[in-house]
Amino acid sequence: VSTAAIPPQTAPAGEIERYTFRERVMHWLTGLTYLYCLATGLAFYSPHLYWLAFVFGGGPTSRFWHPILGVVFVMGTLWMQNLWRRDMEITETDRRWLDRVENYVTNRDELLPPQERFNAGQKLFYWLMFYGALLLLFSGFFMWIPEYIPRQAAWIRPFMVLIHEIAALATIGGFIIHVYMGVFFVPGSMQAITTGWVSRAWAKMHHRLWYIRATGGQSAGK
Amino acid sequence: MASETLQIKAISAHPGPVPGRDASRDYDVCKLIDVTTCIGCKACEVACLEWNGYPFRETVFDNTYQTMPDLAWNYYNLIRFNEHVADDGTFSWLMRKDQCMHCADPGCLRACPADGAIVQYSNGIVDFQQENCIGCQYCLTGCPFNIPKFNKETKKVHKCTLCSDRVSAGLEPACIKACPTGCLHFGSKDDMKELAQTRVEQLHDHTSHKNAGVYDPSGVGGTHVIYVLHDIQHPELYGGLPKDPQVPWMVRIWKGPLKWIGNLAMAVGIVGVATHYIRYGPKNVVEEDQKKEEPK
Repeated sequence: VSTAAIPPQTAPAGEIERYTFRERVMHWLTGLTYLYCLATGLAFYSPHLYWLAFVFGGGPTSRFWHPILGVVFVMGTLWMQNLWRRDMEITETDRRWLDRVENYVTNRDELLPPQERFNAGQKLFYWLMFYGALLLLFSGFFMWIPEYIPRQAAWIRPFMVLIHEIAALATIGGFIIHVYMGVFFVPGSMQAITTGWVSRAWAKMHHRLWYIRATGGQSAGK
Repeated sequence: MASETLQIKAISAHPGPVPGRDASRDYDVCKLIDVTTCIGCKACEVACLEWNGYPFRETVFDNTYQTMPDLAWNYYNLIRFNEHVADDGTFSWLMRKDQCMHCADPGCLRACPADGAIVQYSNGIVDFQQENCIGCQYCLTGCPFNIPKFNKETKKVHKCTLCSDRVSAGLEPACIKACPTGCLHFGSKDDMKELAQTRVEQLHDHTSHKNAGVYDPSGVGGTHVIYVLHDIQHPELYGGLPKDPQVPWMVRIWKGPLKWIGNLAMAVGIVGVATHYIRYGPKNVVEEDQKKEEPK
């Protein structure tokens, strides 16, 4: 089925739209810029990963683009905040879901409370990346232009590097789980974020409350 | 250095001693700066520029005898000037030749992420290799002496090389060669420490500088540029020479434990999700397939 030819609002059989075109562009803008910053950042982080800098055009080139694409990443994150802020608010249901998160991890989803458009795990990942991005931007700004930091305030340089590194490691932890879940653990989510469509069964299983809302209350099937 | 075998020992029909003989030996080298005999003439600044082929920079006059406020990427060597009034009312002009200290434990080298951008020779010289430099300036972050300077156009960092090119050819650094008062000395670290100590004792015995001492800070493992100061208790009077320089502890954490903890955590994360997949597999939507859309 060629989804590209399908006009909006016309869903493929049995599918509903999970992410709009705008949301998908936003996701991949942040995703790919993050990936670039991750790879080049790891090159600067560890001598054993310095080869990654050569993959992206060499050390000086990586050093040049890392902060610029980092700013693009944060701008994408702010765009995301604009679109998804409300969807990402953590609710009482999320707390109950988190109390039983081990059922999610072990694939006993039927024991979990139904979830809205995003489940509590996605929301936690979202906020981790959001605040991580702000911290990375703040500390990265000083690392971008350390030559302007006066000697009296020289401690700012290593301090910001430390913050940048800790924030980066925190987001990497979330990122590993995010990629694992998107690519391997939750079949259908990769299709959702690339084409926008998910099957109704997928929506019902993973985000039942959102499914009810999105289909106008025809919850029990049609 | 490696070119030790090419060091000239004798020259035919040469009047006077062999230039540079014994200046470079196979063990560590050291520059001794006796600030008590520095007259602030700036001959070392000029010699440094000439040897390294840099044009003279614009000077900045701020009512002192200092050429400009700070070192620059093409100005490795600056006489810092301070008018100091001591507690007893005595007045002095403190001049200190400021440049890379060539630490035995160099913070710049610790902090640098680029393979081969900073090397430390076995003779103690710490040298930047601009062709490998990526311009991140982590070296500025690691340096307790605020020495490395960034060239905004080439995006490379520069600093005093201790004339590694001259030293490798058996010559003394250009600044040493130019100094007219003999306040600069160059030789092995042991010899320079001994010479410095002799000068300190001389100051104790024959002058009022009873606090004179040798500045060879142990916090960075000692340096290959050492000073004789009138007042070893207050090195910061000499244009901000730190009293107890250290590689910043945050750099040590960042380059030490945080590195392997982070690497371990990332490896555990990747192995963890792979193991999870093998154990639990994907979250398939099997119960409510499209075909079973009728209410159960």
